[in-house]
Amino acid sequence: MDSVLSSESSAPAAPGAGAAAGGMYVRDTVRRSVKLLIVGHFAVGKTTFVSTLSEIRPLRTEERMTQAGAPIDDLTGVPDKTHTTVAMDFGRLTLSDRLVLYLFGTPGQGRFKRLWEDLSLGALGALVLVDTRRLEKSFEIMDLVERHGLPYAVAVNAFDGAPVFPDEEVREALDLHPATPLVTCDARDRASSARALIALVDHLIATEREQS
Amino acid sequence: MMTPRNRRALVRPHVVTGGRARPSRNIFDLVTLVTAAGDLPLTGLSPEKRRIVTLCRGGALSVAEVAGHLQLPVSVTKVLLSDLVDSGHITTRAAGPESRPEELELLQEVLDGLRALL
Ligand SMILES: Nc1nc2c(ncn2[C@@H]2O[C@H](COP(=O)(O)OP(=O)(O)OP(=O)(O)O)[C@@H](O)[C@H]2O)c(=O)[nH]1
Ligand SMILES: [Mg+2]
Repeated sequence: MDSVLSSESSAPAAPGAGAAAGGMYVRDTVRRSVKLLIVGHFAVGKTTFVSTLSEIRPLRTEERMTQAGAPIDDLTGVPDKTHTTVAMDFGRLTLSDRLVLYLFGTPGQGRFKRLWEDLSLGALGALVLVDTRRLEKSFEIMDLVERHGLPYAVAVNAFDGAPVFPDEEVREALDLHPATPLVTCDARDRASSARALIALVDHLIATEREQS
Repeated sequence: MMTPRNRRALVRPHVVTGGRARPSRNIFDLVTLVTAAGDLPLTGLSPEKRRIVTLCRGGALSVAEVAGHLQLPVSVTKVLLSDLVDSGHITTRAAGPESRPEELELLQEVLDGLRALL
């Protein structure tokens, strides 16, 4: 993995190609930013999903963590093997003149506790991407999302050749609450990915209504 | 494996932040929007801080975007931004209380924005 600090270049990256909302900067009128997490196990399509919807070229940040999951920002650290780097990709979507949405592709390792706390703080909710060829790989991440109190929807990222199960079977395998939305998407397709987020936000609205 | 390049990466953030662990204020979420305030001179700022201010002169970006563009860890970026708010170089662009929609309204706005993509 490339070092986060290896680049001495001071030139900011070029604006994302085809950015419908303009260049690399957030529109002048925008006053509010919100975030959703796109979570899932290794190679489930998180980065693809974020890239498909983002109006900027997706960016990557890397955080150095201890094995225990704390970010290395406390100066005591003599570099050693107990440190590891965790990367996350994110993209941006301008939703209106005053609102931008950030999508964070979030790694599935629960041991990065502080990172998860940072990410889930203030997040509206999470979209859990799953792959029917290895549903059991999603158990850990679903536990994580629930433990952080994030409302979520589940999207089956339909890979070519992956088995198609009836919804009921997927629900049972993942032990989904009846109210939790389950949708199918193609992370490479913009409209399909947008519909998965719409299912999530519909659910967030229903949950919010119930609570108030 | 510890290549020299990795070693440098592991050491450098402490130097970059002037040896401090935590930001002096805790106003920064990953998606907090920041922008350069006015045209304060960059004299006396560390190279990393200069890069941040220069980047932010172009317009508003989230904390995560600043970190991503400058290839700095988020934790380090927060410390530097916090200093730059203290020194008057950077401001956060936040909605005033009067224009902060209720949660339900906010979610509806998100939903409308997403539907417009279809
Ligand atoms: N057929 C098909 N392939 C996909 C789909 N989504 C992603 N892929 C491919 O699957 C691979 C993994 O996708 P990524 O987006 O990198 O997955 P990720 O979750 O970000 O992976 P990590 O960050 O490594 O955990 C890539 O080669 C994608 O092109 C999909 O919906 N259908
Ligand atoms: Mg990825």
